Amino acid sequence: MTEIREDLRVLSAKTQGGDQGFERAGELVAEGVCAWFGARLVLEDVNLIMERSRVTALIGPSGCGKSTFLRTLNRMHETIPGAALAGTVDLDGDDIYSPNRRASEVRQSIGMVFQRPNPFPAMSIFDNVLAGLRFTKTKVADKGALVQWSLERAGLWNETKNRLHDLGGALSGGQQQRLCIARALAVKPKILLMDEPCSALDPASTLRIEETIREIAEEVTVVIVTHNMQQAQRVSDACAFFLAAENQPGRIVESGRTSDLFERPNDPRTADYVHGRFG
Amino acid sequence: MTTLESGHVSYELKRATRPKPTPHIRRRIRPRDFGRTDLLLLIASLISALATTWILFAQLTLLSGPFGFLVVCAAIFLLYYWTSNALTNGRRVASDRLVGALVAIGSLAMFTPLVLLVGFIFVKGVGLLSLHLFTATQKGVPEICLPHLPCPKPGVFHAILGTLEQIAVTVILGVPAALLTAIYLNEAPGKFASTVRVMVTAMSGVPAILAGAFIYAFWIVSFHRGFSGFAGALSLAVILIPTVTRGSEEVLRIVPKDLREASTALGAPQWRTVFQVVLPTARSGLVTSILLGIAVALGETAPLLLTIFGNTGTNPNVMSGPQSALPLLVYTLVKSPRQTDINLAYAAALVLFLMIFLIFIAARVLASDWLSKKIRNARNRRAPDLTPINALTVEDLL
Repeated sequence: MTEIREDLRVLSAKTQGGDQGFERAGELVAEGVCAWFGARLVLEDVNLIMERSRVTALIGPSGCGKSTFLRTLNRMHETIPGAALAGTVDLDGDDIYSPNRRASEVRQSIGMVFQRPNPFPAMSIFDNVLAGLRFTKTKVADKGALVQWSLERAGLWNETKNRLHDLGGALSGGQQQRLCIARALAVKPKILLMDEPCSALDPASTLRIEETIREIAEEVTVVIVTHNMQQAQRVSDACAFFLAAENQPGRIVESGRTSDLFERPNDPRTADYVHGRFG
Repeated sequence: MTTLESGHVSYELKRATRPKPTPHIRRRIRPRDFGRTDLLLLIASLISALATTWILFAQLTLLSGPFGFLVVCAAIFLLYYWTSNALTNGRRVASDRLVGALVAIGSLAMFTPLVLLVGFIFVKGVGLLSLHLFTATQKGVPEICLPHLPCPKPGVFHAILGTLEQIAVTVILGVPAALLTAIYLNEAPGKFASTVRVMVTAMSGVPAILAGAFIYAFWIVSFHRGFSGFAGALSLAVILIPTVTRGSEEVLRIVPKDLREASTALGAPQWRTVFQVVLPTARSGLVTSILLGIAVALGETAPLLLTIFGNTGTNPNVMSGPQSALPLLVYTLVKSPRQTDINLAYAAALVLFLMIFLIFIAARVLASDWLSKKIRNARNRRAPDLTPINALTVEDLL
């Protein structure tokens, strides 16, 4: 079945001028990742494999370094003044921090969705989706098709197909976040990082975005930071629990399959956290 | 079926016969309302204040003068207004009204000179506007009109042309420099950012005549270039750059950080983030700050005194030879003892004023959301044709 799908995908890519469909989902391997802000070590020795075509959730209380770790995965960490890091992050076997790799090129294949929806207010919905391609000077044969494909993937097509040239800021919060997802998908990333994508949204929009995550997971590896235990259980295949003791850098306490982590945690701290006894 | 219907009817009957609930009369409370009593209080306080001031000025003391009258009247009005309100509505409302009245009087005091200024130029100049004014120059206009000799009326075409050319060159030289400086300060601050910021702030405090003197010493004397519109534009740019830089920097600072992160995360290099996200987002504010700079430069006279020299005829070449400009023309002519010259100065002042006004309106329209909204709506209507047929992916079929 998978082979048939692969064949069909190649076929469809040919018939549609190569515009549709993802590249193959990627695999991220973080080894010995440490992160500093100025002199302060906030993350120490994080080792994690984010498997191909899986959703990995990063959970843990506030200030334990989840978001910082996420930002080291597509070199957004280094954009903060005074930030430094150690360790390696491999995308399909190649270190994204190797000196002859451009940060902007890494970020093209590892997309990111932020906590607060941040569509470009001066651009239309249409242009917002295509923004990543414009930034990277990627040529597309059929822009309309790509916009429709991305918006459909993000579950926003039906609501916006008649107002594609309205400003991105005219949408509701939940729609804006889905627009940001569509924008991130349009550049065909191998990995999609999501930093608490639902924390500013209402339950209905949250559900819609969780559906979207499940739908795209086959074709793009997803890493999601969340504070919501139920959400982690609903959307993720694998889970990593981060924890920082007082005045200590954050570390991974436990990682593994989501069902194992929630039902048979090895570490008592994990059990306490996933059962809501602290954090 | 029948029972159902009968039941239905009886229900309707019941509803009809049920006594109507007495309509509740709800008193609406609007704590901030300005009712009829309040209006009467206002008018009464105003009239009483006028009367008291009149008695004070005309009957009791030797005070005189309209300015003093207004000030005393305002003070007495505030006293009466507060007292009458305190007696009717209580002290809390009274102090609220007092502050409201103070703000109104303050804005009136600020607004009046502005209206007088614009009105004065308008009244003096509007009767002198004619097509001739816009087409003729001062060339060949004799000092004194002698009988039997031709006596053409003067115009300001040469000054309008000079001003437009100089401002165009100023904008070309100054605006990119100012915007790039603002981008450097806010988007990519390097080691020298704080030094540059201090310099820009200091530059905006430089007296305009010094800008002219600098260009005179540097460009005209040292480089032996002679007076020209270009030299004038250089000195105007010295005025324009700090104004536009400071304004633009403020505007760029309020563009949310989130947007820069979003475009960086999409793989945009920094320069693309600046030019494709930050600048378009700040567009309307940037236009405003550029306009402010242009308006300031348009009205400057001092830098032009030492750089363009002035000319009674038309010199279309901005690069060499003395030129005229509207502010310089006004400055020269308004000092003249002859009424014709003074009239021409007022006409030129009005033309300058109208020019600034027109530039503002044009730029506002260009930067407004109104225009881009029209374009967006037109595209939305066209959008269905763009929808591709091949958008159905194969995954959907499986």
